[in-house]
Amino acid sequence: MTIKTNFGEYPVGNKDAVENFHGNQLVYIAWDDHLGIGPANVFPLPPEMPFAALLEEVIPSVVSPHPDFEKIDWVKAQWILDGESIVPELGKSLTENGVGHKSLLRFKTPGLTGYQGSGN
Amino acid sequence: MAKKLNMRKRYEVLTRGLGWEPTYQPKEKVFPQETYEGIKIVDWDKWEDPFRLTTDAYWKYQAEKDKKLYAVIDSFAQNNGHLNLSSASYVNALKIFIQGVSPLEYGAHRGYANLARQFSGEGAQLACQMQSIDELRHSQTQIHTLSHYNKHFTGLHDPFHMHDRVWYLSVPKSYFDDARSAGPFEFITSISFAFEYILTNLLFVPFMSGAAHNGDMATVTFGFSAQSDESRHMTLGLEIIKFLVEQHEDNLEIVQGWIDKHFWRAYRVLGLVSAMQDYMLPDSPMSWKEAWDIYFVDNCGALFKDLARYGLRMPKFHEQATDEAEHLSHQVYTALYQFSHAAAFHTEVPSKEKMDWLSEKYPNTFDKYYRPRWEMYAQMEKEGKRFFNMGLPQLCQVCQVPMSFTEVSKGEPMKLSQRVTEFNGDKYHTCSDGCKDIFDHEPEKYAHAWLPPHQIFQGNCGGAEIPDVLKYYHFNPEDGGDYKGSTDEATWKAAHGLDDQQTTPEKSA
Repeated sequence: MTIKTNFGEYPVGNKDAVENFHGNQLVYIAWDDHLGIGPANVFPLPPEMPFAALLEEVIPSVVSPHPDFEKIDWVKAQWILDGESIVPELGKSLTENGVGHKSLLRFKTPGLTGYQGSGN
Repeated sequence: MAKKLNMRKRYEVLTRGLGWEPTYQPKEKVFPQETYEGIKIVDWDKWEDPFRLTTDAYWKYQAEKDKKLYAVIDSFAQNNGHLNLSSASYVNALKIFIQGVSPLEYGAHRGYANLARQFSGEGAQLACQMQSIDELRHSQTQIHTLSHYNKHFTGLHDPFHMHDRVWYLSVPKSYFDDARSAGPFEFITSISFAFEYILTNLLFVPFMSGAAHNGDMATVTFGFSAQSDESRHMTLGLEIIKFLVEQHEDNLEIVQGWIDKHFWRAYRVLGLVSAMQDYMLPDSPMSWKEAWDIYFVDNCGALFKDLARYGLRMPKFHEQATDEAEHLSHQVYTALYQFSHAAAFHTEVPSKEKMDWLSEKYPNTFDKYYRPRWEMYAQMEKEGKRFFNMGLPQLCQVCQVPMSFTEVSKGEPMKLSQRVTEFNGDKYHTCSDGCKDIFDHEPEKYAHAWLPPHQIFQGNCGGAEIPDVLKYYHFNPEDGGDYKGSTDEATWKAAHGLDDQQTTPEKSA
């Protein structure tokens, strides 16, 4: 369906086009089974940033207060990018790993299912 | 002396026959918004004002109500009525109200003023004009009532500025902007029917009885003062739906589509109300779930049974809203809790009594899913690490609520609900089937959404650091964060002579 308008065509626009983010792209990241951390967070990240920086800097900047954080074994982490399982290459860039503008990246940490196993 | 007219005759004389057939310009140029939405009006005279209210009577009633209200407001101020509240933490609900709801009243004022201009039927013009004035009055009486609290508590100083900028206030703002940027018939279906008729009881009844339960007689009084207007608005909402559907058979499908859309939009806004009701009122008269069962499941169920003869059915996705009733307030309030360092209200881990109340009201969900979450936060706080989420949340492209909702209807209440649509080569994320459906219907519109976290990253909100953004919001440093240790708490304790361990004054007999 297209939108009905009173005067001509509805103006084409995209408030969040990648050009508006000063060389960064938006990436949404969520930790499955840890809803106490909340909704996915959104980060403006350089597309050429190595995937490893997500583990080392970006993700800890939000989730490190969680009691499960110290127990994370990143080698075992499972990644779901825009609904598809992936095995990221840590040394390669976000772009090379298929992470695009407004991609949603979820990760699971087998064995860790939140505070007292409650999914929080 | 001329003979006095009876009521019905007076109403006719004072409301109809005020218009004229334009001759300098064609009618469609004088009323340029009336046809493009596809709604067909055959005979505007079929419009019935259910109240037969004339302008002179309207002014008289409103003046009487104002006189009473302002007498109460004055005595509340003179007697320092704010000291009789159950707790200063109650004021956080008022903050959300004046930041989130009062600007909507003002938006409704402008919206109905536009309808009074754009509808060519005189009866409808008059009804919309009165509602426009009502809405302005509501926004003013709310500001005047709450200005007393502004003298004593934080976060109440600049609500209209905040409303246009702040992340959690973009939830109500974007809904009203969505309706106001639509055509006149969609606007009236949205605000008069979906919001005022179907859902307004869920906002006003618990909020006003909540005010009464927590000793806030000033708010109770403005609530009562608005109540007779609200029932007029609700009746208008029902009247407009029936009128539209009866005017032309082609209108049915369009109107049903708007009911579907605006029910879901308005419902998502009420997520904030659910959090206010279950968590921010120290003494809650009823839970969100109880209110939903009465005002939506029972009352609206009966309403739509009645509307079936017009061919209308319950709004799409209403089952999901009902499924969510045992989760909504917990999910929304924990999102507010995590980000309250960037808010102009305080949050806190619920007290033991509050948690027990929540267990009792939510036997299927609270102990299993949400009590552990609060216990985790309490533990973190005890270790001196009160949890604040130091990132920015992903918001839904349509409702703009942080995407904390879960797959309740699919039986997976601990899995985030995330939907995505590709449009013109970009991804757009939504929180639910309801919001995705709305996006997919008019993607051109929602691609323009001003999502606060994204705007911060684009550099449009005062700077890159949280203090810069808070300054742009006109927040003061003491406005946000946990209630414990807040200026509000200190003010309250000082006024009641409480020591550090006590939070509420002894109840006097």
